[in-house]
Amino acid sequence: MLKLIRAAVWSGAVGGFLLWTACSNIPEAGFEPRSVKAAVKPENDRKTAPEFTLKDSNGQTVHLADYKGKVVLLDFWATWCGPCKVEIPWFMEFEQQFKDRGFAVLGVSMDEDGWDAVKPYIEDLKINYRVLLGNEQVSDIYGGLDSLPTTLLIDRQGKIASIHIGLSRGKEEFRNDIDHLLGASAASNGARTSLTAAK
Amino acid sequence: MTVGPVDKLTIQRGASGEVKIAAQLQPGYHVNSNTPSEEYLIPLKLTWAKEPLQAEQVVYPKPQSEKYDFSPTPLSVFSGNFEIVTRFKAPADARNGPAIMNGKLRYQACNNKECLPPRTIEIPVTLEIQ
Repeated sequence: MLKLIRAAVWSGAVGGFLLWTACSNIPEAGFEPRSVKAAVKPENDRKTAPEFTLKDSNGQTVHLADYKGKVVLLDFWATWCGPCKVEIPWFMEFEQQFKDRGFAVLGVSMDEDGWDAVKPYIEDLKINYRVLLGNEQVSDIYGGLDSLPTTLLIDRQGKIASIHIGLSRGKEEFRNDIDHLLGASAASNGARTSLTAAK
Repeated sequence: MTVGPVDKLTIQRGASGEVKIAAQLQPGYHVNSNTPSEEYLIPLKLTWAKEPLQAEQVVYPKPQSEKYDFSPTPLSVFSGNFEIVTRFKAPADARNGPAIMNGKLRYQACNNKECLPPRTIEIPVTLEIQ
């Protein structure tokens, strides 16, 4: 049914994706793309990022759960997406700047042409973070991904702290949010450690 | 993107005829032209089945050169309303009577901030071959 609704919207008009995201039921908990604002949400309001298993550009299997304990910038993108190309250098910079503080960027390409299209692009841009190849299943559990780029910041508990659709934020806003999550998470982890030690 | 109704084409065997495809994009959106400015962009492309007619020529409109926030240089795009014309030839041995000529219009749209996945619109053209 979901696919039928989607097909109808797409055959109608380009701008119809707004209608679809407003009307669709997202099967997995925690992802409501158009209804979530870009700012970092309070911890209690965050929902778990849907789990996925994908291959990276080296053929290795990657589970999102492998990254629990880290702050993750999860970027859904494609080689044909101009706005995505703007953000990639930012994310490369973040990977370099924050990787030692428990941060990782995961780029999920939604290219239908697969690695033949994606690998040369990775090499051209010298992308320094892990790139995975997405599929329809991942698209479905993340709400359809009808607009790219779609970028999520996931906290160390594997919960979605913010969602950014399109080229809506600047580099420094992303950087501040990452820094905030890393700081808050470190403080939160530190507090738990202290309590445990006190017992 | 939406495509308007396509007129029925009545064509003589051995003769040529034209079909116009009228496309419309919502304000703020564009599609890459048939000759995109950059290699990584997906071009607009109209393709036709090999029968019952032969597509001799597909004529796209003149692209616009537009600057967007996400690109340092202007891009070759179509926006608003535009028309694609195809010139067909009916083979001398084509079968007389009603028929359908199937086309596919592939495109990829963006606005100034985000892009939508590539899509294909099926375009069946009603024919009367005489």
